[in-house]
Amino acid sequence: MTAGEDAAGAVREKVDAVYRTESRRVLATLIRLLDGDFDLAEEALHDAFAAALQRWPRDGIPANPRAWLVSAGRFKAIDAMRRRARFDARLADVAEHLQSAASTSSDVDLDDGGVDDDRLRLVFTCCHPALAPDARIALTLREVCGLTTEEIARAFLTSPPTLAQRIVRAKGKIRTARIPYQVPSRADLPERLDAVLHVVYLVFNEGYSASSGETLTRADLSGEAIRLGRLLVELLPEPEAMGLLALMLLHESRRLARTTASGELVLLDEQDRALWDHDQIAEGCALVERTLRSRRFGPYALQAAIAAVHAEAPTAGATDWAQIVGLYDVLLRADPSPIVELNRAAAVAMRDGPAAGLTLVDALLARGELADYHLAHSARADLLRRLGRSAEARDAYARALALVRQEPERRFLERRLRELASA
Amino acid sequence: MKYLCLIYDDEKKMADMPRSEGEAFMGEYFAFTEGIRQSGHYVAGEALQPVSSATTVRIRNGGVSTTDGPFAETKEQLGGFYLIEARDLNDALQVASRIPSARTGSIEVRPVVDFSQQPSAS
Repeated sequence: MTAGEDAAGAVREKVDAVYRTESRRVLATLIRLLDGDFDLAEEALHDAFAAALQRWPRDGIPANPRAWLVSAGRFKAIDAMRRRARFDARLADVAEHLQSAASTSSDVDLDDGGVDDDRLRLVFTCCHPALAPDARIALTLREVCGLTTEEIARAFLTSPPTLAQRIVRAKGKIRTARIPYQVPSRADLPERLDAVLHVVYLVFNEGYSASSGETLTRADLSGEAIRLGRLLVELLPEPEAMGLLALMLLHESRRLARTTASGELVLLDEQDRALWDHDQIAEGCALVERTLRSRRFGPYALQAAIAAVHAEAPTAGATDWAQIVGLYDVLLRADPSPIVELNRAAAVAMRDGPAAGLTLVDALLARGELADYHLAHSARADLLRRLGRSAEARDAYARALALVRQEPERRFLERRLRELASA
Repeated sequence: MKYLCLIYDDEKKMADMPRSEGEAFMGEYFAFTEGIRQSGHYVAGEALQPVSSATTVRIRNGGVSTTDGPFAETKEQLGGFYLIEARDLNDALQVASRIPSARTGSIEVRPVVDFSQQPSAS
């Protein structure tokens, strides 16, 4: 290998490194400079990095690679518009408009503050409530996280063409209905932030406990969700954003302990706590404290607080169940749902004994909303098992088994059924 | 950019409203319309007679077919519309959310095609 090839290789590595750290920031700014045109901005981003690969080995790496890339991308886009204007005269105006905007404001807000605003604009636009919920998830993973269509399709067990179609349709709506590339006004912020947090939460959940399929966890998606959570906390340190990040970190801290080497499910009280990630727990608990001190916390922070009580217990037996029941009471007032009631019933069973929990679960199931929810039946089965009512426990496990969709959970329920049969 | 706000509501519920309540509701509509005239959003707006007065026309097999009403068994019927001028979708949604029927029924917000912005067909 010659010295020249060595140098070229080094520059290529540098370009790759810049791509990893800067490409989403550059894209977010290009979308703004190109009047919210996602497709034009993506093309411009691609062209800018292609130009960097050509020019940087010859001219050296610029002092501010991000600014260089934004500026290169912008002019590539104007060129592309001009070329297209030869076939569609209407685009000449667009090219002119972009050109004049470029010449009147040469280095528009390329400091960190301006770029952060662009990243927030991108997040809020991808998670706009006028877009279909699954399109918000796909668009966020594609544009904000930079995942490929194939990667997203694999994670959500969808075909790449279906997923690509979903993204195309969402971009079409952004353009046609004119969804603005904006951070929402203060009045709209709480509702719009909720929509963003919900997207992040769904991505995390899909990674943490896949809704169907063979493997229980899909670490990559959880990792992306945590990255998104960090980005939000960095850009917009609202209590619920911190609460969601804390919740994700505290759940994620148990990843290694949740499954055996052969992929079998291990319940919380049977997990080897030495396998928990104590750095994630410390970070999560610190965020929970910050959030609770703000006194503006909501459902995410409360769920994180519950996860923190579990995380701080040295053994399952030492868990402060009274505090957990108290937190569920507050959560039920903030965000009433039958699933929260079910979790509260399980905590009551730990505090006051399985009979007390069973009364609550039976009342809940009698209302019908959770009749098809496998975890309601498996929770009931578990309480019956602890009460020594084996025949009823077997029936309840069988109900749960008929409803479960996930392989490791199915195997777990089958194991419990076998144990009861041989007992 | 223009958006059409289609107002859907339960006609029967509207018709059964006590007179005083109905008048108060209309009052809200007058105030809303005046408000969007002053903010410059208003382009046009009308209320429609009930679906029982509607007639649907189709041409099938070369002949005109005329039928009574639309037959959709929906709970909510198209009861009126506003055509508004708005900066973007957020602005349009802000206006639409203040239409009195947003509380009782629903408002469909549709961007209007601007033919001067369409590529020529040639």
